This record gives sequence, C-alpha cells and structure tokens, in this order.
Amino acid sequence: MALSETIKNRLEKMRHQFPTEQALLIPALHFVQEEKKFISGESIKEIAEYLHLPLAKVREVVTFYTMFNQKPVGKVHLQVCTNVSCWLNGSPELLSCIEKRLGIDCGETTKDGRYTLSEVECLAACGTAPAIQVNEDYYEGLNVERLTKLLDDLDTQLAAGKKDIGCASREEFKIGV
Amino acid sequence: MSDLVITKNIHEKDSFKIENYLKHDGYKASARVCTTLTPDQVIDEVKKSNLRGRGGAGFPTGMKWSFMPKDSSKTKYLVCNADEGEPGTFKDRLIITRNPHAMIEGMIIASYAIGAHVGYVYIRGEFFREARMLEFAISEARANGHLGKNLYGTQHSFDIYVYRGAGAYICGEETALLNSLEGKRGEPRLKPPFPAQVGAFGMPSCVNNVETFAAVPYIITEGAQKFAAMGTEKSGGTRLYGVSGHIERPGVYELPLTISIRELINHCGGVRGGKKLKAVIPGGASAPMLSAEDIDVKMDFDSLMKAGSMAGSGGVIVIDETVCIVEMACILLKFYEHESCGQCSQCREGSHWLAQLFQRIENGGGTMADLDTIASLCGNMAGQTICAFADAVTGPALSSVRKFRAEFEQHIHQKCCPFKKDHKHIGHKASSVQGVPGVTHV
Ligand SMILES: Cc1cc2nc3c(=O)[nH]c(=O)nc-3n(C[C@H](O)[C@H](O)[C@H](O)COP(=O)(O)O)c2cc1C
Ligand code: FES
Repeated sequence: MALSETIKNRLEKMRHQFPTEQALLIPALHFVQEEKKFISGESIKEIAEYLHLPLAKVREVVTFYTMFNQKPVGKVHLQVCTNVSCWLNGSPELLSCIEKRLGIDCGETTKDGRYTLSEVECLAACGTAPAIQVNEDYYEGLNVERLTKLLDDLDTQLAAGKKDIGCASREEFKIGV
Repeated sequence: MSDLVITKNIHEKDSFKIENYLKHDGYKASARVCTTLTPDQVIDEVKKSNLRGRGGAGFPTGMKWSFMPKDSSKTKYLVCNADEGEPGTFKDRLIITRNPHAMIEGMIIASYAIGAHVGYVYIRGEFFREARMLEFAISEARANGHLGKNLYGTQHSFDIYVYRGAGAYICGEETALLNSLEGKRGEPRLKPPFPAQVGAFGMPSCVNNVETFAAVPYIITEGAQKFAAMGTEKSGGTRLYGVSGHIERPGVYELPLTISIRELINHCGGVRGGKKLKAVIPGGASAPMLSAEDIDVKMDFDSLMKAGSMAGSGGVIVIDETVCIVEMACILLKFYEHESCGQCSQCREGSHWLAQLFQRIENGGGTMADLDTIASLCGNMAGQTICAFADAVTGPALSSVRKFRAEFEQHIHQKCCPFKKDHKHIGHKASSVQGVPGVTHV
C-alpha cells in the first residue's frame, strides 16, 4: 500500500511553499489522519518513503504531537477540555456525564467503535467554556442538558450512517487544502 | 474611551470577508507603505508607536523588526504565531474569525519592512475551522492583488502559507514553533542564535503574534503618535483581553492598557452571581495569580510586572470564593507536566514533581516541608532551562502558595481538602497520582 492519490496531490500542491521536503511531514500526517483516523505503523512507513525521511524521524514526530492518534479512535472523538476556565465552568460534570452514558473512561473507545473519549488541554474557547471538540468541530457554552442533546444528535447521525460527522467547516470553507 | 484598533467593525455581518475590510479602507496602509515609504521608515513608525508584542513576552515590535539583517542576500521569513495555547487565552481566534485581513495586512507591512517574501501562519491544529477561514481570507487577499508578485506595482513580492500545528502547547514558544514548521519535534532551541539570525530553515526570521500584526495597519493609517498616546509611556495602543472563569459576561474586550483589573471585572459585569472574588490570573495560566486585594493594579506590562505578575497573553481568569486554590493549582500543574517537551531535566522532572506535590497536598497527604520543597524546586527551574516554559510553570506554583498559603496549611493540618467539593471528578490525569516519589533529594 502507498499513500492515496488524494494525499499525494495535496502534498504536491504544498511542496512549493517550503524549502525542505521534511516540512511536508506534519501536513502529511494530518492528511493521513483525516483519511484513516489514526497513524498506523504502515502509514509511518509510507510517509517516510514518500518524503525520503528515515523512519525514526517520522516516528519521533508522530509521538510528540498529541493530536496524532497512534491507535484507532471511534467514529466520533469527544475531546473534553478540562483546563482551568472549563473546569471553573463545569467540565468535570460534562466528563462524568459522558463517561456514564457511554460506559467508558477517558482515553477509551466504546466496544462498538462509535465513540472515543479524551481529555484535552485548553482549546482557546475559554470565553464560552466549557468547550468540547467533536472530531473537528467545537461545541461551546455547554451544560449537562445541552451536552445530552448533542450526544442524542450524534447518536442519530451515527445511526443514519452519516459521513464526516463533526466536520462542518469542510463544507463551509471549501477553499484551500 | 479610546479608539478601537482591532475590533471596531467585527460586529458587522461577514466582517471576515474582504469586501467588508475594504469598505473600511482596508489594505490602504499596506499599499501606502509599499509605494511611498522605505523599510526603515516603516520600522521607525512602529518603534515610535511603542507597540509591544501581544504573544506573551511584550517585546517591542519595531525593535524586533530592526534586528533582521539588512544587507543579507539570505532568504528571510516572516512568521505569524497563531498557536494560541496559553490556557485562558482566546483572542487570536477572534481576530482570525472576525478580522483576519487586519492580520494579513499587518504581515504585508512587516514583510516589506524586513524584506521577507514568504510568510507562514503557524496555527494550532485544533483550529480546523479557523485554519480554513484563514485560507479563505488569504485567497481573497491574493485574488485582490494584496498578496503575490510585485505588490502594488512595486518590486516587493509576498505570499502567506498556513501551517497547522498538531496539539503541543510548547509550539507557541517561537523556536519550538520554528522546529515544528520544519517538520520536526517542537523542541525549543538554544538562544543565541536568535531567530533574526538563524530562524526558519536556518534563515533569518521574525516571529510575531496574531494580535501584534493586526495592530500594525492602524499604526500606519492613524499614525504612531495616536497609537502611542492610547497606552502608557512605554507601551502603546489597546489590548484584547480575553476574560473567562467566574465572570458575568465572559468574552474578548478591546480596552486601554491603563485599565485596572477591578475596572475590567466591572466592565464585564462583575463576578458571576454576585459572589466574592478570590483570585485573578491576569495574563494566561503562566501569569502568577493575584488575590482580591491586588486588583487595583493596572493591566499594562510594567504595572503587572511590578505587582509580581505579568501581562502575558491578555487572558484574564476570574476565580470566585468557592474555588479551592490548591485544587486549581493542581489542574494548572498537570497541564504543564503534560506539555513539558522533556529536553531539560529541570523542567521535565520539576513539572512532574510539582504536579505530584500539589496533588499530595490536595489529597491531604502533604506536609509543611512540602511548601519549602515547592519553593526550592521552583528556584531550580526558573531561568535554568532552554526556554521560558519552566519559568511559566513556576508562575502558578509559587504564586498560589505565596498568596494563599493559609489555604495550603489548612489542607496540610486537616489532612484533607477543606472545600466542600462539587468538583469531585478531576479527570484521569489526577487519579494516576498515588505513590508519590520522594522529592527531598532535589
Ligand atoms: C511556553 C511558551 C508558550 C508560548 N505560547 C505562545 C502562543 O501560543 N502564542 C504566541 O503568540 N506566543 C507564544 N509565546 C511567546 C513566543 O515565544 C514569542 O515571544 C511571540 O510569539 C513573539 O511575538 P510577539 O513579539 O508579537 O509577542 C510562548 C512562549 C512560551 C515560552
Ligand atoms: S480552558 Fe477550556 S477552552 Fe480554555
């Protein structure tokens, strides 16, 4: 297996922006994760080969950045901010609410592979705390009631087999990579 | 009330679109700069404005630009720091989503002043929507002739590319950012050499914050004097304050630098629910916290420094009387423990030990000697490492003990947290803290 044509095209479109090939590494990882939801050992090899980098260079970058998932995550990745402003505004309640509802702890994925729950650091949405990132989208100003509605809605979308859940801005701003 | 530099028109519909920006005379400053001023004149004007960096350190912007080598044949890079990771900070997000063209125009002006033809915006990875909005704004600017070759019919060419981070607070530190931009681990670099000599891809580079760039068009349009007069003697302009926590009306407010914390809190409707104020973190998580008695201090860089804190990123976190300061400090220190890049032992081990110590005190297992250990640990961290991250860790650690010592002692003497806790669940990062390693042999 090699990198998909889509990913290669996206990378080639960016190549002229940088004087080195290695600068394409983080974009490549983002593109792979967008497609596969995580970075597998296989993907690491493919990227290393495509960008002419030693495997170790790719691996050390993957492990440095928390956004790169090193194991598969659910279709919906719930990322709850538990940093200070969200904490002051009730993020612990949101976390327990999700844990109870899904029957998983932070860092775990439901058995049916639908949800992964993570705790994340400040999302720069402190003025509208508490905030959660669902895949790509932010949901802000939550309380348990609104969160429950959001989770109901996500259940519905999952049941309907909707693609790209939590990725609203892909449609909103089509320009760019 | 002084004039608004950045947020004047952000409440208009589609304020992020170029039509709207042009309607308010947008891109006139960049055109005038490129066609009628010399690079030195631009740098002088920015120097006279007393603009200081809004990313955290408050370094004079004009001076930073003047450090870029003038007669060098090397490629130079301009970099915009949109990593916005400091807990409690959310003002760059507002600029990117409501007034991105001010930032882009500021970058064009800076590129002309320092002679850069390529600019990168390093934006935090979580900002998917914001990155797309920025791409949209940049493509609008390109389509309207404000980015590209021979701008405004001159010799100057400049283009901007968006580079997405991937979830590492340390990449906000400018040299870690540069490594990340090169596709490496975001580990800060030893300085010197400074980025102005050896920056992105080994070339001279200038890094500024989103808000810093967004203030530049106003300085050119309205004049340095006017901008300087809005602020204090040493620091010009207004500032975006992101106010969060226990506040009646949280949000981003553009206000004079001369406002006091008390006035700012009142401006935002006061402490939420009429509760009593306990503490304020005035400049993002790394800024030492202040107690309710300290809030008559003004918010400018120098006044806050004198008060033992810092203006930092402008993120103001308001904390009411119901909060356990020890527990809050635990949250902050766990953040630093998680985000230390691990290069320097003082920071890697120190942030870990501090997180453990604070958690031990919070759990009721602390001793009075722990308070001394905290102080000595911090003394061995600040100023001892490659970057200022270690100093940042000591901000909340030292200030919480200094300002709220009685509360720490209460935890120690009562062997439990005296606060009735409605915040029982403090996350899995906390629950892993059980066996606390010995920290006496520091
Ligand atoms: C640990 C750490 C994190 C930082 N995070 C940010 C950040 O998220 N955004 C930012 O603009 N500056 C951040 N800075 C400051 C930058 O290193 C740098 O001073 C700034 O980008 C320079 O721009 P300015 O002069 O316009 O403020 C951080 C510094 C440190 C030590
Ligand atoms: S603390 Fe949660 S978004 Fe900043």
